[in-house]
Formats: sequence, C-alpha cells, structure tokens
Amino acid sequence: MREGEYKKLWKAYAIGLVWLFCLLWPLLGIHEDGTLSIQSAFTVWLYVFGGTAVILVLYLLHKRGALAWIGRPVARLRDRTATAGRVMPGWVWITAVLIGALVFPQVTNRYAQDVAINVLVYICLGLGLNIVIGLAGMLDLGYIAFYGVGAYTYALLSIHFGLSFWLALPVAAFFSCIAGCIIGYPTLRMRGDYLAIVTLGFGEIVRIILNNWMTLTQGPNGLLGIKPPGIYLPAFSDGLSFVHIALRKLPLLYYVILALAVLTVISVHRLNYSRIGRAWEAIREDETAAELMGVNTFMLKLLAYAMGAIFGGLAGAFFAARMRFVSPESFTFIESAMVLSMVVLGGMGSIPGIILGTLALIVLPEVFREIELYRMLAFGAAMTAMMIFRPKGLIPAKRVGGRSEEKGGAGG
Amino acid sequence: MRTREPMLELREVSSAYGRIQALKGISLQVHAGEIVCMIGANGAGKTTTLMTICGIVKCQGGEILYDGRPIHGTVPAKLPPMGLCQVPEGRRIFPRLGVEDNLEMGAFFRKDRNQIQRDMDHVYTLFPALRERRRQRGGTLSGGEQQMLAIGRALMSRPRLLLMDEPSLGLAPLFVQKIFEIIQEINDKDGTTILLVEQNANIALQTAERGYVLETGRIVMEDRAQALLDNPKIRQAYLGE
Repeated sequence: MREGEYKKLWKAYAIGLVWLFCLLWPLLGIHEDGTLSIQSAFTVWLYVFGGTAVILVLYLLHKRGALAWIGRPVARLRDRTATAGRVMPGWVWITAVLIGALVFPQVTNRYAQDVAINVLVYICLGLGLNIVIGLAGMLDLGYIAFYGVGAYTYALLSIHFGLSFWLALPVAAFFSCIAGCIIGYPTLRMRGDYLAIVTLGFGEIVRIILNNWMTLTQGPNGLLGIKPPGIYLPAFSDGLSFVHIALRKLPLLYYVILALAVLTVISVHRLNYSRIGRAWEAIREDETAAELMGVNTFMLKLLAYAMGAIFGGLAGAFFAARMRFVSPESFTFIESAMVLSMVVLGGMGSIPGIILGTLALIVLPEVFREIELYRMLAFGAAMTAMMIFRPKGLIPAKRVGGRSEEKGGAGG
Repeated sequence: MRTREPMLELREVSSAYGRIQALKGISLQVHAGEIVCMIGANGAGKTTTLMTICGIVKCQGGEILYDGRPIHGTVPAKLPPMGLCQVPEGRRIFPRLGVEDNLEMGAFFRKDRNQIQRDMDHVYTLFPALRERRRQRGGTLSGGEQQMLAIGRALMSRPRLLLMDEPSLGLAPLFVQKIFEIIQEINDKDGTTILLVEQNANIALQTAERGYVLETGRIVMEDRAQALLDNPKIRQAYLGE
C-alpha cells in the first residue's frame, strides 16, 4: 500500500469518527428535562474510538506484513485441520454430533435443555423453509403461518377430541400441507419480490384469523389444557400391561424433538439429492429454462411449498405439546424473519449451515442476556458483518457435480 | 418431400405481449430431417415464434401442429417427452448446478437410467470440453462452452425436433463455425430435425436447406436457403452488402 492510500484511510476514519460523535451526542446526551450534556456520549465515543483504532492499527500492520509471525502458523494450523476434515469421512462428524445430542440432557440443567429444545424446533423450521427458499428459490415471508397451523391443529385435537400427540402429528402435517396448497395455489404464479409480498400477506392473514376466530381459537386468550405427548411403557407387575406415561419432563421432550429434527434432516437430505431436488434447483436458477426441459414448474413449486409447510406443521405440533398453550402471539412476522435469518446466515441450501445458523441465532442471544438492551443492535451488526464477509452463509452449500456421484442413493 | 405431412406446421399463428402484437399470422412448415432457418432483424418475432411453439408465450390465434396433432393448448412441460425441445436464446443454462446436473436436467422426464448414461457419453463425445469440466458449475464455463452445454442439455431429451435460438450469440467466429458443424452433425447422424433462428444469416443459410425471412411479426419471404443467399434484396438487408 502506498503512502497516499494510508492518508486516505486515516482521513476516512477521522471523518467517520466525527460523524459518529455527531450522531451519538443527541442520542445519548439529551436528558428528560431537555438539557444537553456531553458526558455520556463522550465516554461511549471514547470506547468506540479506542476499539476501532486498535483494529485499524492491527489491520495496517497486517497489510504491511508485520504480523506474518502470527499469521503463518495460524494458516498452517488451518490447513492441517482442513486436511483432517477432508480425511475424516462425513459419518464421523454425524455420529459425533448425534452422540453429543443424545447425552446432552444427562449433563446439563433445565435452562440449557430449554434452550436446546428451542434450537431443535427452529432447526426443523429452518430446514423446512430451506426447501422453499434454498432449493426452489421462492422467498417466503409468511412461513410461520404453517407453524401456527400445525400448533393449533394439535391444540384443538388434543382439547376437543383428546387425540394423542403421535396420532395428531400426521394430522397436523396434513393440515399444514393443505394450508400450503391453499396459499400456494394462487400465489405461486408470481415470482420474486411479488411472491415475497403476497406470502407476507398470507402469513398475516393466518395470524389474524387465529386472533379473531373467537369460537374456535379463543382469540388472543389462546388455548389452554393441551396434553403433553405420552408413551406406553410395558409393565410386568401383573402379567403384561401397558402404562401410559406423559412426557412432561424437559429431557424427555428434548428426545421427542430430537427425533423430529433427525427425521427432518434425513428427509430434507434425501429430497435435496433426489431428482425432484435437482428440478427445484433448476427452477431456482432459471424457471423458463426448467420449463423448456420438461419440468412442470407449477406443480413442483407447489410441492416445494407443501413440503416446507409439512415440516413447519410438525414443528408446530411439537411446540403446542411442549408449551401446552398456544396463542397467536407466537406466530408473528418477527418469527418468520428469525427463521429466514437462520437460513440466510447459515447458508441457503446447506443442511449443516442451517443447523449452525440456528445454533448461533438462538444460543448467542442467550449468552448475551447480560447486555439485554443492546441485543438487537448486536444482532443487526452480526447480520450486516455476515453479509459483507460471508454472503453465502457460514457453511455455503457446495454441490458441484456432487449429486451425480450419488446416483444410487437418490430416491425420487 | 413436400408431399409428405410436415413434422411441424404453424398456421396463421399470432401471439402478443400484453397489448403489443408480436406475431401477426405466422405460417411455416418444417419437414422431418430438414434444417430450416428463420432470419430477421431484432424484434422481428423470431424468438417469440419459438417460445410460442413451446407454449411459454401463449398462442392467441391460429394452429400449431406437431406430427399432425395440435399442440397450442399443451402445457410446455409436456413437449420434451413428445420429442420437441428448445435451446433457448442466451443459453439459459443453470449456472449454479454442475455441468453433469445440467445435462441430467435435460433428461428430467426420462426414467431409463442406462440410456441416459449412454446419451450423456454421446454428448461428451460431441463436446469433449464438457467432459473435462463435468464437475464444474455451469456458470463458470466460457460462453462457447455454455452454448455447448445448452445444446447438450437439449440433446439429453432425445429430441426429434430441436428448436435453436441464436446459437451463435456472443461467440467468437471460430466457435460459431464449430457450433454450426455440430448442428450439421446432429442433423446428419442423429437425424434430428432442426428449426434454427439466427441473426448471423450468412452461416445459418449455408447450413440450412430452407429459410424464412421475418419482418415485424410476419413472414415476408420463404425459399430454399441457397436461393435466399443469392437474392440481392436479402444480401443487402441481412448479409450486409
């Protein structure tokens, strides 16, 4: 870097700092009684100044090559771990993660289990939405509606008919699928931005129906008295009989959602590498060209929408069974946006990416509970940074010719 | 040859984009085994004609007959299984899918795995450059290779009638020559009938047997390709003399 460029950089930095102060002063300096002080704004500004100055100096040293003595061993380490990752087959990773997930409730407390259940629910949602967004390339902003349909289906079946969770699961999936078809049929003729707006509208319609259909859903009061999932265990006290046990404890619920999440991962993986998955990707890449190649684009888009809805519905049914209470508040637009962020952050179309993205977006806010006030700020900053440095997501989807290798494993 | 029933026949076909009439009664015939080309200036309706045949643009009047059967009401996805496939303008390959996945998409409706594999080898023999790049993403190929991929993708559907829209678009002269040699080869060896749309009238008319000249949505001239090449009016308007 030449001398002139340094000058330019420092100048831009100085202008940025002055501008930041101009913004901070009225934001932090105005008091309730209308007076203006400089104290609090100045301290915050000093912190920012100190932090950024250190980063900038480090960056400049790095540009000059003065940090090579740290950089080189780090690069070597990264290379070595990368080779290790390549040498180690995928199943080693999968088994390790699975074993970790299985022993997790044994070694952790209630709070951690609660967070873990949340993560798993959102993994199901993220993977379901991934079919619609990552594979078929349709921006769906109302995805949470299907989560709501699934949750209310189980809630109503449980309250009015006493249907067990396991029997209600396929029913919830079926109803979400129907909802997906009803919403998808008129909307999927649209493309891109228009589709996003329409799905956003439909998502809100579902929430508003839940909120206002007092006789069925009891509106904003929500539905109480939903039964938790139960299992029958054989008992041998007098002959062979079965005892019904309700899964109220968190660790047991954790295993239920873990099973659901594993089922979702396997299904999405199989779909991803099937003939249908490839057709979805072709539609995402160029809809007209896909049509010219004999792909019935409308039916396949509807199928993608319905499949996504099914996984949303399954997660919803579990959500109702776990909370034993549902209300429309749980299905607002911000939830759709959260799931969408997880998919985008993790990497569209990549299953490990979405799992990691979900983990990051659920666990990090818990870790930063201390700085409650600034959580959304940190969230926004993290998303912005991600879009700049890793626009394809934490673990981008890679499938260059990979699919054709795995011909045998694909069912479609 | 003229006495036989044509493979593809358009009778007074018209279509429109919104209120703008793009085709104003196009009639043309393509016989089995032929290479027919359509030439014309920008906006003459060449691409629209192909898209109307494939059902992407709605046919608003007239009839399109394929093998004697009307196809203007058929959904686009049903046509490749009937042996009618298109290499669209601007190639339109799937950029983030691998080369092999792109080819597989051409055979989407087919279930005969062994035959598909054989056809893929056939495409690789026609275009050895694609075999070398089979693991790459389609979008990373050069323009000429992408055109090869687009043609290969269409061949994977085993077309009897192949519609080709501007195969020379944006290619270096050497590549254009090569692509047209391949077109000739597909026609000679596989017996595939080809309806070709081109701006590069010179090479298109040299390859084709018959030609149609389009002007603002109408066919203004129809003749043997050689006769069109010799026609002074055509030479002046389309061959730059």
